[in-house]
Amino acid sequence: MNLTLRIWRQQGPDTDGTMTTYEVADISPDMSFLEMLDTLNEELILRGEEPVAFDHDCREGICGACGMVINGQAHGPERTTTCQLHMRHFSDGDTIDIEPWRAAAFPVVKDLVVDRSAFDRIIGSGGYVTAPTGSAPEAHATPVPKAAADTAFEHAECIGCGACVAACPNGSAMLFTSAKIVHLNSLPQGGPERESRVLDMVATMDDEGFGGCTVTGECATACPKGIPLSSISTMNREYLRALRKGA
Amino acid sequence: MSDVISVSSYLDYTTGDALVDTKVPGGPIAERWDRRRFEAKLVNPANRRKHTVIVVGTGLAGGAAGATLAEQGYRVVQFCYQDSPRRAHSIAAQGGINAAKNYRNDGDSVRRLFYDTVKGGDFRARESNVHRLAQVSVEIIDQCVAQGVPFAREYGGLLDTRSFGGVQVSRTFYARGQTGQQLLLGAYQALSRQIAAGNVEMHPRTEMLDLIVVDGRARGIVARDLITGRVDTYLADAVVLATGGYGNVFHLSTNAKNSNATAIWRAHRRGAFFANPCFTQIHPTCVPRSGDHQSKLTLMSESLRNDGRIWVPRQAGDTRSPADIPEDERDYYLERIYPAFGNLVPRDIASRAAKNVCDEGRGVGPGGQGVYLDFADAIARMGRDAVAAKYGNLFEMYERITAEDPYRVPMRIYPAIHYTMGGLWVDYDLQTTVPGLFAIGEANFSDHGANRLGASALMQGLADGYFILPATLADYLARTPADEVPADHPAVSEAVFAVTDRLYQLLSNNGDRTPESFHRELGELLWDHCGMARNETGLRKALDRIPVLRAEFWERIKVPGSGTDLNQSLEKANRVADYLELAELMCLDALHRAESCGGHFREESQTPDGEAARRDDTFCYAAAWEFTAPGQAPVLHKEDLVFEHVHPTQRSYA
Amino acid sequence: MALATRPRTTTRTDRRPAGTAARLWRSTIGKKTVMAVSGAIMLLYLIAHMIGNLKVFFGPDDMNGYAHWLRTLGEPVLHHEWFLWILRVVLLAAVLAHGLAAWQLSRLDIAARPVKYAHRGRRASYATRTMRWGGVILALFIVWHILDLTTGTVNPNGESGHPYENIVATFDTWYGNVIYAVAMIAVGLHVQHGFHSAAQTLGAGSRTRDRALRATGNGLALVLTVGFLSVPFGVMTGIVK
Repeated sequence: MNLTLRIWRQQGPDTDGTMTTYEVADISPDMSFLEMLDTLNEELILRGEEPVAFDHDCREGICGACGMVINGQAHGPERTTTCQLHMRHFSDGDTIDIEPWRAAAFPVVKDLVVDRSAFDRIIGSGGYVTAPTGSAPEAHATPVPKAAADTAFEHAECIGCGACVAACPNGSAMLFTSAKIVHLNSLPQGGPERESRVLDMVATMDDEGFGGCTVTGECATACPKGIPLSSISTMNREYLRALRKGA
Repeated sequence: MSDVISVSSYLDYTTGDALVDTKVPGGPIAERWDRRRFEAKLVNPANRRKHTVIVVGTGLAGGAAGATLAEQGYRVVQFCYQDSPRRAHSIAAQGGINAAKNYRNDGDSVRRLFYDTVKGGDFRARESNVHRLAQVSVEIIDQCVAQGVPFAREYGGLLDTRSFGGVQVSRTFYARGQTGQQLLLGAYQALSRQIAAGNVEMHPRTEMLDLIVVDGRARGIVARDLITGRVDTYLADAVVLATGGYGNVFHLSTNAKNSNATAIWRAHRRGAFFANPCFTQIHPTCVPRSGDHQSKLTLMSESLRNDGRIWVPRQAGDTRSPADIPEDERDYYLERIYPAFGNLVPRDIASRAAKNVCDEGRGVGPGGQGVYLDFADAIARMGRDAVAAKYGNLFEMYERITAEDPYRVPMRIYPAIHYTMGGLWVDYDLQTTVPGLFAIGEANFSDHGANRLGASALMQGLADGYFILPATLADYLARTPADEVPADHPAVSEAVFAVTDRLYQLLSNNGDRTPESFHRELGELLWDHCGMARNETGLRKALDRIPVLRAEFWERIKVPGSGTDLNQSLEKANRVADYLELAELMCLDALHRAESCGGHFREESQTPDGEAARRDDTFCYAAAWEFTAPGQAPVLHKEDLVFEHVHPTQRSYA
Repeated sequence: MALATRPRTTTRTDRRPAGTAARLWRSTIGKKTVMAVSGAIMLLYLIAHMIGNLKVFFGPDDMNGYAHWLRTLGEPVLHHEWFLWILRVVLLAAVLAHGLAAWQLSRLDIAARPVKYAHRGRRASYATRTMRWGGVILALFIVWHILDLTTGTVNPNGESGHPYENIVATFDTWYGNVIYAVAMIAVGLHVQHGFHSAAQTLGAGSRTRDRALRATGNGLALVLTVGFLSVPFGVMTGIVK
């Protein structure tokens, strides 16, 4: 199929960008979205132009590196990562708008590449269990109810791609932050740092310039891993509980 | 450029001194690790801050090592090319992690895990290392649970395990199909804590491009900031490479697109021996390629073979849809050739058999590069719901990629490069032949011999990073005089020049071929001649062709853009340049090892029934290659492998 | 060159200890909590207010008697009209806190997405999107409503102590009906999203409860809007005159 692509091109963090139009021909429906962009980039290189920069790595939907807003939707029309989106979901002659994640906390690095290091700083401020190597008790010393383990796992599935922030009209990182808090706070191992974790992570989240939550639910709709919206409510509960306890 | 050479012959390689691991302590095998730790010198906690350690890579091995070393008080400077340490490719591992916990009371033990790993590696791994790995395995699970890794659990709240990869005990811990992700995030979180505390200086989006060796010791690296293009030097007291395997030399593999061999290859060029590069592992159940646009291959869990039946049409060139092919015109070739094990034969056997039937023209799907994995019988036997409960997520993944419904149409699968057992040669301390340079995880060659067992890669990465390296590195630091390397030392300047000159060559060449086109061509060449089955003719052909391709690369490569900002073509071209050198060594290693073992199958060395025939009399050694000069034949150093505890046997599945 | 500077990172031990209230107000979740609590107070008031309004259907004596009773409520513990004044102070505090938090949060939210998407695609529900403007409309309405029916300043009748007649007078004008109708629809939309949102903020949300919460929010919104609108409807149709 033949497609018209309108892609955000921006040379660097401090330069202005613009939507630029490209035509691509002979796109196979079996291609992934990124393979379609590979095709464009091969042509651009041969023409001596700079290829479109985009983050990607594992291309199997788990590393969280890829992500672009396709026709106004984070990761495009299917609920999956951009690398797992296939061209069969588009039709011959379509015009596709491709933009980077838009958020003050995710400044554009180049083209479709953004800086998501704010996520790392949120994790660094409390998204862990302090367990120095070698200090661990025997794994079976603390049984974990299966329900708690399942809840923890469901939230630990977050891949840190940033689609939640990109989709939220307020550029909020509540879903990302709550996923880690619910993961660790559901487990007995996360208990000792339960209050400080939520207070510190939320403080960092706010400091990084993400917006607040207005419960539009866009984040959970865009999340390729299906982190539930209720995760945010649980985090709020944890937060208010921690404040009450004065941790 | 100096790398451009006329067609030379690696075949003129010479054999140098035998290599001996001087660090491995003697005595009973079960006591060796304790003994080594006791004999190792320690660094006074007050002095650790004065030691800077560079860790390259943030996967299971690197992330675990960085977090642990920083916790112990060393000054850690860490690098990854990804935008975040959380994205290292360990994250994609699905199956699980082995540990000799014997929670099932099914006869497992450290000894049995050791035995299985040595045997699974087809007797090409070092016994002492493997035994240590099995010992440490139990601590890994404890550590990960303490970190909050959400392993699968039973209703009683205890950890669940399953059996994996044809092993008879249930020793694999898992977190659904995302064990690698969960373990990696555990290490990443521990590392993040150290970054936030200021104990780790983290450099994301920064790629190591060379090693700095001063007076015979590894003292730092040259790395490029991928955003600004700035090439900087980073000096330290020791360098740890945790940069993963080199499977992407094949272009199409299950590795992440940007996984690369540059760090280990640059280290090799600076003096680190490269061991067993031909030991690569093929995974039999991957989604086949759909066309020339294919950019990478996706693995599906091997567990599919527990219930799926593998077949191809009996007749070559049969293009009917699978539903139209009657039962008696189908060839369930694994069940036919290996009646005892059927569809559950080991990875390498299943893979080669698939290749053979496709070579006969009986392959299915685009390009005839695929075989059917049929669940019709399983659905009839267990019911659709039971199949869905067991494999639903895999079926979904397959359908997302291929748009075919595996409940109705048989899946198509084909083998793909998945893991590399070879890597930088390391001694018992995980130190390479360059003092002060350590290699951990998939980047080294140590524990899997010629073939890695399922769920053992995660175990090895974490064992190296959390437990082994922190102990052995201390010994090196304690024994080595602390001295500063001046930033203007000639060795530093030379390394920086080598890197910048090469980048300049790539950017200024202005040829007519893209980095991707060279990568693809090299990958196809290797897949054909150094892939699932290898023979002398093919390998010689590849060895002839690679230097030509390399010369062409430096003549015709085209890299647009500049070196002063994010330039993904430049990154790619620089990696492909290294693949073009590594590929030659791989083929040479495959050619010289005229035996079949593990993932290395030489067609000349097989039993009458098509089994891999090991030749222990001649090849019971690890082949460590020494770099001489660009394009010049390397020198082979053999490390003889001695088996005192597990006696080599020939496996048979017929 | 070399290992230049180490980035100084704030760790949890460096963070200044702050009082609970300050910490609450500083965080986005805290501000949302303030909004949720103040919103809940206003919502409770609205329910009572709406039920009180229905007195209009029982004629002037019922309505005016009810209005008078409100002034004497709490006596003799409270002085005459004190209850009403306490209520007014609480409501004013709630409105101000709600508005201030909303204003500050809106500024943060807008700043968090400085560059808009070129492709305007599918968006959140109408109720969700109109929270900000709906809030502004409601704030303006409250001012008019007080001037109209509390102080009587802009009321065509404007007779103190005779709310029934004043109500009828307001809804005898076309603009009175329009302003009121717009505001009550805004109330409905605001409550519809606000109730669910407040529940989430206060941590009451969960997957199993989500449906019930939404239904409750929708139900409250509907009941309030219909209840409030029934009064002008009554006047217009002549049921109330």
